[in-house]
Amino acid sequence: MSAIDAKPPAEAAAPPAASGAPAVSPAARLLAGSRWRWYEFAFWGLALGSYFVFPNKLMLISEILILGLLALSIDLTLGYAGLVTLGQGAFFGVGAYAAGLAAKYGAGAGPWSDPLLGLVIAAGAAGLVGFVTSFLVLRGSDLTRLMVTLGVALIVEEIVTQAKSVTGGSDGLQGVMSSNVLGMWSFDLYGKTAFWYVLIVTFVCFWFCRRLVNSPFGLSLLAIKGNPLRARAIGMPVNARLVAIYTISAAIAGLAGGLLTQTTQFASPDMVAFHRSADSLLILIFGGSGHLYGGLIGAVAFRIMQDFIGNITPQYWLFWVGLVLVLLVLFVRNGIVGLMANGWRRLTQKSHEGKNP
Amino acid sequence: MSFVQTAAAVETASPVLQTKALCKAFGGITATDNVTFSLPAGARHALIGPNGAGKTTFVNQLSGVLLPTSGTILLNGVDITNWSVRARSRAGIARTFQINQLYADLTPLQSVLIAINERENAASSWFKPVGVRSDLVDEAAALLARLSLSDVIHARVGSLAYGRQRLLEIAIALAAKPQVLLLDEPAAGVPEGERDQILDVVAALPAHVSLILIEHDMDLVFRFAKTLSVLVNGALFVEGTRDEIANDPRVRQVYLGEEVISNV
Ligand SMILES: Nc1ncnc2c1ncn2[C@@H]1O[C@H](COP(=O)(O)OP(=O)(O)OP(=O)(O)O)[C@@H](O)[C@H]1O
Ligand SMILES: [Mg+2]
Repeated sequence: MSAIDAKPPAEAAAPPAASGAPAVSPAARLLAGSRWRWYEFAFWGLALGSYFVFPNKLMLISEILILGLLALSIDLTLGYAGLVTLGQGAFFGVGAYAAGLAAKYGAGAGPWSDPLLGLVIAAGAAGLVGFVTSFLVLRGSDLTRLMVTLGVALIVEEIVTQAKSVTGGSDGLQGVMSSNVLGMWSFDLYGKTAFWYVLIVTFVCFWFCRRLVNSPFGLSLLAIKGNPLRARAIGMPVNARLVAIYTISAAIAGLAGGLLTQTTQFASPDMVAFHRSADSLLILIFGGSGHLYGGLIGAVAFRIMQDFIGNITPQYWLFWVGLVLVLLVLFVRNGIVGLMANGWRRLTQKSHEGKNP
Repeated sequence: MSFVQTAAAVETASPVLQTKALCKAFGGITATDNVTFSLPAGARHALIGPNGAGKTTFVNQLSGVLLPTSGTILLNGVDITNWSVRARSRAGIARTFQINQLYADLTPLQSVLIAINERENAASSWFKPVGVRSDLVDEAAALLARLSLSDVIHARVGSLAYGRQRLLEIAIALAAKPQVLLLDEPAAGVPEGERDQILDVVAALPAHVSLILIEHDMDLVFRFAKTLSVLVNGALFVEGTRDEIANDPRVRQVYLGEEVISNV
């Protein structure tokens, strides 16, 4: 290495004792940012506890988790790398059909019907489509990205509905039968197995994403989001990073699609429909992007809202979604998570002021 | 890093960076007009010229942000004319921007660490959290300390005062441990008192780093530069040592004269 930093300056060696705060090394401070917090334990604790609190809604909860996982996959590209996409539903659908076809091929008993293998196939197929199409989003503005991703989603949707001999067309894919999870737990009518299966897979995916965004790789994504010109100028392979995260995001979306097919034993064109892409993006914006939890929390809020409004005025559902969206975007930065973070900060600041005269 | 010069190479003062008949046209405007230029190793070179002379455009071509219309660029004798910004950066060319190019939502520590991670090929590590490589974090903190940014390493970049953002811009460029450093008006808009600091940091760089400074403040230019190029309307108007340029009547007329008048 060259000798640019040959002379360590006096300031660097001196501990920052002047401020009176306990000396925390910069590295320790950075590491602290990736430590598990109490509210994270609380969140997953609540998710787990919902099994006992809502034993009649297990299928619904599984579906919410799957929706949240799909939104989480968008968070990787939008919230961290700053890539806007309007076609995540395509990867969800590819995963859904890939898992469905594998399970159908295995006919519920063969090795191909193994749900975990099905997830690998779903993630692999969607990741492959993501990798190939990622090169389309490298160039151009946000607007061209929106159009390109939307276009890809429409193409995939059309392929799925037209390829009747493979996908069953608009009737959907019949005869999807997964074998038992790990050869032990069969998918039951009440959705108990489905609940645990989806919860654990979602958590593992979340944990993976969490490692990813807290790593140097994740930090470099934030740099690309913040200023791609600067990122290139310091020698960052910006395009390679974007291809990587787009592919990973697509694979996770595909995995979410696989989960839905396996737990509902059915794949339908509805799973690749445009509204999947739109809903999942909406859910992420509701929840707040760039925090990892936005997608999951947004999915819960979205479904509760859907139920609540659906009970009062089912025909005006979209009106209320639109209104809430407009209000959130205009008045709350970072969605529900941002709202909660702000509230918490105010609360703790007040108590701090109370303590320190 | 393979291009880093040894002290022995400095003495021979072979050109690190060269351009041959470089031209850049924006539609009808010729922003770079047939510039043949050579930067010796370890140079302390200033690039001056009136507004719109094409200084930034020239640096943009050296760093790969813009591709020239014609002509070639050589780094250590290797033709890099069509290399990407990333490839040039990895070959040892770093730059600052006339208009800050920072990560507004990150901290100065993260900003510098990102550059160090790239330099050390540590940025593709995706499993271990940032901060595990405490050696790299300490290096980033030390670099920020050199630019007197120690008190704000965890602040949001977007919330820093303009002068401090300028310093961070330099810190990020230095993090790459470049062989050639291109500084595009690093002190512009920086309060008087903080300008000296920028000059001090630049002056403290090791001798083998070759520097090009674009600057309008003549005081700063003459304190920093040993050699100068004057660019007018995209073309090299005159080149020479500090004293030659200071006493050149044509330069006084075209450039310094303007400066004097504008200062009245
Ligand atoms: N991207 C561009 N498109 C069109 N014209 C441009 C572009 N960039 C620069 N120019 C023109 O090229 C000429 C040189 O501009 P440049 O920014 O290189 O000047 P400069 O010497 O850096 O000026 P300053 O001292 O004001 O920074 C100007 O006439 C400018 O208008
Ligand atoms: Mg300029």
